[in-house]
Amino acid sequence: MNYTSFNKNEEFFVDMQRCIGCKACEMACAECETNGQESLIHVNYVDRASTVQTTVQVCMHCDDPVCANVCPADAISKDENGIVHTANTERCIGCSNCVMACPFGVPKKEESYDLMMKCTMCFDRTSVGKKPMCATVCPSGALFFGTRAEIQEMRPNSTPINTFIFGQEVVNTKVNIMMPKGSTELIIY
Amino acid sequence: MAKLPVAEENIVTKFGPHKNYSPKDGYPGRDEPDALVKTHCCFCGMQCGIQLSVKDNKVVGFEPWMEFPFNEGRLCPKGVQRYLQNNHPDRLLSPLKRVEGQGFVPTSWDEAMSKTVSEIKRIQEKYGNDAFSMLSGVSLTNEKSYLVGKFARVALKTKNLDYNGRLCMVSAGAGNKKAFGLDRASNNYSDLEYAEVIIVAGANISETFPTLTHWIWKARDRGAKIIVIDPRMIPLARTADIHLDVRPGTDSALYGAMLKYLVDNDMLDHDFIDNYTSGFQETIDAVKDYTLEWAEEVTGINKNKIREAAELWGKAKTSFLLHARGIEHHSKGVDNVVGCINLVLATGRIGRPYCGYGTITGQGNGQGGREHGHKCDQLPGNRDIENPEHRKYISEVWGINEKDMPGKGLSAYEIIEAIHRGEIKGLISICFNPLVSLPNSNYVREALEKLEYYVCIDFFLNETARHADIVLPGSLQEEEEGTTTSAEGRVIRIRQAVTPPGDARTDTSIILEIAKRLGVEDKFTYEDSEAIFNELRVASKGGTADYNGITYKRIEDNMGIFWPCPTEDHPGTPRLWEDKKFKTPDGKAHFNPAPYKLPGEVTDVDYPVILTTGRVVSQYLSGTQTRRIGKLVDQYPEPLLEIHPKLAQQFGIKQRELIKVSTRRGEGIFPANIVETIREDTVFIPYHWSGKKSANQLTPGTLDPISKIPEFKVCACHLEPLNEIAPPSKESTAYASV
Repeated sequence: MNYTSFNKNEEFFVDMQRCIGCKACEMACAECETNGQESLIHVNYVDRASTVQTTVQVCMHCDDPVCANVCPADAISKDENGIVHTANTERCIGCSNCVMACPFGVPKKEESYDLMMKCTMCFDRTSVGKKPMCATVCPSGALFFGTRAEIQEMRPNSTPINTFIFGQEVVNTKVNIMMPKGSTELIIY
Repeated sequence: MAKLPVAEENIVTKFGPHKNYSPKDGYPGRDEPDALVKTHCCFCGMQCGIQLSVKDNKVVGFEPWMEFPFNEGRLCPKGVQRYLQNNHPDRLLSPLKRVEGQGFVPTSWDEAMSKTVSEIKRIQEKYGNDAFSMLSGVSLTNEKSYLVGKFARVALKTKNLDYNGRLCMVSAGAGNKKAFGLDRASNNYSDLEYAEVIIVAGANISETFPTLTHWIWKARDRGAKIIVIDPRMIPLARTADIHLDVRPGTDSALYGAMLKYLVDNDMLDHDFIDNYTSGFQETIDAVKDYTLEWAEEVTGINKNKIREAAELWGKAKTSFLLHARGIEHHSKGVDNVVGCINLVLATGRIGRPYCGYGTITGQGNGQGGREHGHKCDQLPGNRDIENPEHRKYISEVWGINEKDMPGKGLSAYEIIEAIHRGEIKGLISICFNPLVSLPNSNYVREALEKLEYYVCIDFFLNETARHADIVLPGSLQEEEEGTTTSAEGRVIRIRQAVTPPGDARTDTSIILEIAKRLGVEDKFTYEDSEAIFNELRVASKGGTADYNGITYKRIEDNMGIFWPCPTEDHPGTPRLWEDKKFKTPDGKAHFNPAPYKLPGEVTDVDYPVILTTGRVVSQYLSGTQTRRIGKLVDQYPEPLLEIHPKLAQQFGIKQRELIKVSTRRGEGIFPANIVETIREDTVFIPYHWSGKKSANQLTPGTLDPISKIPEFKVCACHLEPLNEIAPPSKESTAYASV
């Protein structure tokens, strides 16, 4: 693939505390020509009975993507920019190994297509110098795409982290989560 | 003859609402559009910049507009999906006439116009000019709003013109005029960025103005403290520093107690109060007994939280106070507004960088629309229709004799009441769906059924239009050139992206044609929308809302100009009151006493629970547009009754159980959503739905005596669980409820 305009200095930052649950990101994601009106970003209530808090989940684009590692059909690949691509439609056999293996719960099997679909960080936009659609429209800054210097200037009280510890497993990702200032990792119990 | 011609279900089958979805692969040509048209969202007062993708005279998609300074590409779900109102199967493509037993059948423009004009003349000759009324709305551009105002007074010659802003910003407008002599947010939103304390009162920003969230969070990133006043734990309140969970209908008690706290602890700007304000002493006298303990009793808010909020506000060096419908939709909406303004004036934090105040205007052109046109007591430039000088000036601009200028007419709900009493016999409406948006919808329906003639201009057959004799297919926002004025007071350009489909016509051409047939063509001939705007500029000249120096070119070159802008070399006014010269007769900002009063209806043994209403993020107002866009419907498919678990337990209510909610006006059945994010004494129902799913079957027509805004935000209700669990939301057809 030709990434003539892909800016390697720009990164994706997710800040859950800013999410207002409006779903502009889902609506915008589904508009992408490759997505067939399905959203590959997911906003969910944590527990609506007790709070209006929502979470927003994009593909974290792991350094060592488990989804690709467990794929029996070699349908998932990571490119030279660190983007983990959605399943190659000609190879995907719809087995759902990736769906079960992903520690973040990102890939979804679209039953109507019998295919796994997931976020590709809008490669059609980012490869021509635009920002991903979700991070462009997000009205609250829960999703931001830009440089590390920009986010540090904008959010002096937060630190981006991209190391996640699941039990014994350490997962490093291309996508960052904003955490309280000084954080170095997120431990998931 | 304004009864339904056939069963309402049959009308729905033919004219919708039907849910529109984009094809799986998008509309043809989306990837190679003929044009990307830089314009603005058709929905709320934020008026976010957006680019519409156009192919073969159809809107086929959107692209963010990164350069527009307020939103820089950011959008809410309604903005993302707004392009789907174009290309919609429900779109009206020809004039329709009511045929008893058959429904609505196509007719020619000539027949529709002839019938309309002959009925206007018949009714006015028989009952007088004022027996024919007009209801309008502020999704219309400034040009159309101005034209409607002139049309009603000069062509229809009726005093009874009012608009749906009567359900929106009128309490704020009246309060601002009392305090400042001018009705506009005092600051643009970039003044939020370095405000130390931000109060958000009765404004569910994250759902009703989502793109404004960015500016609030930006301030928080700089260390701002956020105080949210709302009976519900709305998304903004979840991470706020202080959430004051006010009991609906008690806002003025809270502001009064906070003002007393500022006085008692001398957290006042004496220099500002002494030199630039009036009315301070009587205003603080009115709250001298409002202790924190009293306020806790009345408002239900813990007194320590009220104290903390007053301390934060009192000690801040910079601040911004924002409010919206939550405090304005009350029989004392104006009192609530001046109660907020008193807190701003007491601390003197206005007219300086990062010291701001303003209502968040709700509708797309709620700001501009209310300044230049269709308010029953107002003439362009925010002039007073009862002021002899103002009447004289506008009469000259319009080329009429001042004595022929009608006087002050009835407000929107009063027009409905006059129709119900049989005093008003005819109605023309545009951009207003009162059967869904006005309170006590059963009463509104009875009124509509009494009309002798009703003609509706709209692009979809909204619920009210089903009662029409003639329906004239008008235009979407993206089908005409024009301007709107955003909630910040920024005048911006709306672009024509496509022309109206089929035999539909632009709203402007429809109004001009009726005026021509009423014999006043000489006063209603314009080359284009810009010519109407240029006449508006002259009409507004010298008024408080002065657009004289604003041109289409200046707006385009600067991405908007803030009024007042009296001359073409004036830069516009993003921040008001920097000179501390207010527009009141004495040139001072006015404190206004706002003693606490009970709401129009309080709870009792028969109706023991407080009911409040509001909005959800995926719907807009009466839903004429948004209940036709599939994904917006699917996001929140039906109105739910939000109820606290303790109150639910008291009534034995289970999650998603169907609950009959009754008030003195009517009843409706809604599934329960049991959530801890609402006060224990209050239930909430969003109001975007129609028929038996309408929250406005329940709300009262009690009006604020000054602003005439209805009291949507508080009434008393009774809850009856029906011992039946509602089917899943995704199966709901509430979007098309009759």
